[in-house]
Amino acid sequence: MTALAVRDLQKSFGGLRVTQGIHLEIAPGERRLIIGPNGAGKTTLFNLIAGDLRPDGGSIALFDRPITRLPTRARAHLGLARTYQIITLFPKDTLLRNVTLSLLGLSRLRWNPLARLDRQAHLIAQAESALARVGLGAMAHRSLAETSYGERRRVEIAMALAQNPRVLLLDEPFAGLSIDERGEVKALLASIPRDITIVMIEHDMDVALDFAERISVMHFGAIAVEGTRAEVVADPRTKEIYLGE
Amino acid sequence: MTARRVILAVALLVMATVPLWVPGNYYISVASDILIYAIFTLSVDLLIGYAGLVSLGHGGLFSLAAYTVAVCLGAGFGHFSAILLAIAVTLAGTAVFAALSLRTTGVGFIMITLALGQIMWGLAYRWVGLTGGDNGISVASRPAPFGITLATSAHFYDATLIVFALCLFAYWVFVNSAFGGSLKGTRDQPRRMSALGYHVWLIRFCAFMFSGFLAAVAGILFAYRAEFISPPTAALTASAEPVLMAISGGSGTILGPVVGALLVEIVKNVASAYISRWNMMLGAIFVLIVMFMPEGLVPGTARLVRRLRAQRAKAPTT
Repeated sequence: MTALAVRDLQKSFGGLRVTQGIHLEIAPGERRLIIGPNGAGKTTLFNLIAGDLRPDGGSIALFDRPITRLPTRARAHLGLARTYQIITLFPKDTLLRNVTLSLLGLSRLRWNPLARLDRQAHLIAQAESALARVGLGAMAHRSLAETSYGERRRVEIAMALAQNPRVLLLDEPFAGLSIDERGEVKALLASIPRDITIVMIEHDMDVALDFAERISVMHFGAIAVEGTRAEVVADPRTKEIYLGE
Repeated sequence: MTARRVILAVALLVMATVPLWVPGNYYISVASDILIYAIFTLSVDLLIGYAGLVSLGHGGLFSLAAYTVAVCLGAGFGHFSAILLAIAVTLAGTAVFAALSLRTTGVGFIMITLALGQIMWGLAYRWVGLTGGDNGISVASRPAPFGITLATSAHFYDATLIVFALCLFAYWVFVNSAFGGSLKGTRDQPRRMSALGYHVWLIRFCAFMFSGFLAAVAGILFAYRAEFISPPTAALTASAEPVLMAISGGSGTILGPVVGALLVEIVKNVASAYISRWNMMLGAIFVLIVMFMPEGLVPGTARLVRRLRAQRAKAPTT
C-alpha cells in the first residue's frame, strides 16, 4: 500500500505545461522531500494533490483510494492536510481561534447555528494542546497580528497537525525563518510521529536533507531524479539542474 | 453592572417606551420603520460583514415578501397563511438568488445580485396583473395576534419591537455559533477553509438563506406598516440603502446595522421635515463617517472610548 500515489499527472495553464506526467509513490510514514528550481512546478504539484487545482490528466490516490475527482474539503476529511508557501491564516483571530477553526472543519459541529463556538470546551482543549505541541501554548490568546513570522509558521503546522492527518504536505515550512526559528521548526517536524506521512517542498538544503529519507528532484514539471539522499546528491543530473551544465 | 449593560438597559427602556414619549402617530411609525430597516440591514450585513459578500439585490427579496403578503391578502388568504406564504416564497426566491450569485464573489457577486434585484423591480413594475404596476397594491388590514389589534401605530410598534428583539437575538446566536465561526472563516480565507474540510459554497448558501429569511421578515413588517407596496420598494436605492446603513453603522457588528438604520431613517423622515436638502446632508454624514470612522459608528466609537480610557490610565495621578 502507498500513502500517496501520483500517476502520470498532467496540468497546463494555457499553452504552458506545468506538470508533465509526474509519477510519485510515497510509502506510509515516509519523509519525502521535493526539490527543484523556481518554476519547476512543485507548488502546482501540491495544489493538484490537495485539490486546489484540477489535473488535465493522470490520477492521485490516498492510501489506495482514488481522490483525483474529489474536492479539496473531501480530501481533508480523508486525512490530507497541508501548509502553504505564503502563510494563510485568519489574521483577525487569536492563535487559539485559528487552531479551533482547524479542528471545527472536521467536526459536524461546524454546521450548528445554535452552539456557541467559544463554549466548545473539548475543541478548545484540543486546540490548546495543538498549540502547546508547537511551543505556542502560552500565546494561545494572543491575536495573530501580534505574532512573529516564525510563530505564524508554527501556527500553520499546529493547524495541520490538529487535523490529525495521515498525509501532511508542507510547502516550504522553513521559508523566511531565522536560524533559531529553523532549528525550532526542524525539531518540531522531527517530533511528528511516524503514522503521519510527510511530503515537503523546501529550498533550504541544509535543514531539508537531514529530514528526508527519499528525495524527488523536479525540473520543468517532471520528476528528473528520485532516490535516497545519497543517490540524489551523487546524481550528475541534480548538479546539472541546480548549477547548469 | 458594566457600562455596556447600563447602556443596553437604557436603550431597551427607551425603545420599549417609545409610544409613551414620542409625539404623534407619524413619529411612532418612523420608529417602527427604524426597527424594520434595522432587521433588513441585519439581513444585508450578514452577507457583507460575516461572509464578505456585498449584495445589491436584497431590495428584491424584501419586496418579494411584501408583495406576496399584499397579493395573498388581496386573494382572500388569512394573515397567518399570507405571512407563512410570504416567508416560503421569499426563501424560494433567496435560494434562486443564492444559487446564481454564489457562482462568484467580489464584483461578480455584486453585479449578479444587482441584476437579480433589477429583475424583481422590473416584475413589480411591469407585471401589472399581479402587482398593480405603478399603482401598487394596498394592504387592507393588519393582523390581530391573540386578539390584540395592530391597527394603531403604538400597537404596531410594540409588535415590531418584539419581532425585532427576536430577530436580533437569533442573529446574535447565529453569528456567535460554530456555524457563524465557519462563515467568518469563509470570509477571511476561503481557500484555507476548503483545505480544512469546510464546504465553502454551502456555508455561504446557508448564510444567504438566513439573510433572506430576515429580509422576508422585514418585508412583511414593511407591507403591514405602510399598508401599501409599490415598485420603488424593489428599486436599486432600496437595495443600496441597507448597504449604506450597514457600512455607516459598522459592518460585521451586531449593533452597527441597527445604529446605521437609526441614522438614515431619522435623517430621511425627521431631519427632512426641517432641511430641504436632506439628501445632501445624508451624503455629507456618510463622507464624514468614512473619513473619521471608516470602520463605522459603533466600532469607531468603541475605538475612541478605548483610546480615551488608555489616555486616562496613562495620565499621571497627583
